[in-house]
Formats: sequence, structure tokens, C-alpha cells
Amino acid sequence: MTERFRITSDPLDEQAVAEGLSTSEDGAVVVFSGIVRARNKGRKVLHLEYEAYEAMVYPVFERVAEGVSRRFGVERLRIHHRIGRVDIGESSVLVAAASPHRGTAFEAARHTMNEIKRIVPIWKREFFEGGDVWVEGPKEPVTE
Amino acid sequence: MTGSAAVTVLLFAAAREAAGRGRLEVPHREGLTAAEVWKTLESERPALAPLAGSVSVAVNHRFVPRDTVLAAGDELAFLPPVSGG
Repeated sequence: MTERFRITSDPLDEQAVAEGLSTSEDGAVVVFSGIVRARNKGRKVLHLEYEAYEAMVYPVFERVAEGVSRRFGVERLRIHHRIGRVDIGESSVLVAAASPHRGTAFEAARHTMNEIKRIVPIWKREFFEGGDVWVEGPKEPVTE
Repeated sequence: MTGSAAVTVLLFAAAREAAGRGRLEVPHREGLTAAEVWKTLESERPALAPLAGSVSVAVNHRFVPRDTVLAAGDELAFLPPVSGG
């Protein structure tokens, strides 16, 4: 059985993340895959490295899933995130959402990604031609 | 300093690099807040200063306001703006 939440330094599996997720009630499964692109802000990206506060990632994934459940009524949700080095073209994050209708499945996956970028304690360092830099999301501190 | 009378402090990403380490312990005292711990760290490691306005604070894996009062044995973490995904 595929874990609901996973952080791993191994390559992510787009098939496995959705395996067994939908029920007979569902008419839609959306799988979002975030992949590493070769250009960012005019820089030629070589690879990314992800660091996580692992003990906190799982409770925050739970919090994200609770929000998705409250907001969209979507209960069948999975999040898999890569840590360590991730090369161009590889998947750094997978979100799978199953729902009776496609609209809520799309919205649940989109909202999950937005929340990952806002509150999940994972950071990426971009290694580009000529240097490397921590990529930083919203500068406004999270206080609750 | 014993384990029970201390607060464990974790620093990640840019904050870990600015501090030169990712984990340390500070002595606990009644009424100690997360903001006070940051101030002490910043005075010892000035490279942390530019991050002061953007770090989030977590205690025992939950985001909290900076003025949160700490208990002995708490795990306090300073988190630069996250960039997962």
C-alpha cells in the first residue's frame, strides 16, 4: 500500500502515488508532478537540493490534508516529496487527489501545492552555472 | 546544563548556514521566549541578523508566534521562508 505522505531521497513514482487511491465513488484522480526545470530567473540550473525538517513535515502534511478535507471535502489525498539532490527533469513533488468530480480533484491538488509552498518545512537550494542559492518562498513569517 | 533544563534549538537552510550549525541547546529559565532565544543567537552569530524579519518559529513541530514562552525540553526551530514543491 502506498503511504499517504512520504519524504524520500529515492526517485518518486507517478504510478504508485495514485495506486489504489480512488474508490467506486470517484470519477476523477488528479496527479500533479512538479519537475525540476533547466532554467530559472535567467539562470542555467544544474540541479536542486532539498532539505527538510522531517519531524515537522509529517504533521504539516496532516494539517494541509485537513484543510483540503474541510475546504473541498476531498479525503483521498497523497503527498510525496523528494529530498536531497534532484536532477533536471526529475520529479521533486507528487500530489494525488481523488474525488467524485474533476473540479474538486483539480482544486484539491492545486490548493495542496500552494500550501506545500507556503507552510511545509522544506527548502531547496538551486545549483546553477556560476553559483548556488537558497530559494525562498513568501517572506511573511508563519505564526500559526 | 541538563537535558531537562534546556531548550533544543534547530536551525535550517539559510539559518543553519548563517549560524554555522543546525542544532544547539540553550539553558531554560522561567518565562524564556522564542524571540529572546533568537536575540541571543543573533548577538553571538551576526550573520543571522538579515534573516530576523522572515524566519518562522516552530515549537514541538507547530508554528507559533515569536513571543511564545518556552518550557524546559521544548524543541524550538527557526525556519527561513520555505521553498518546497
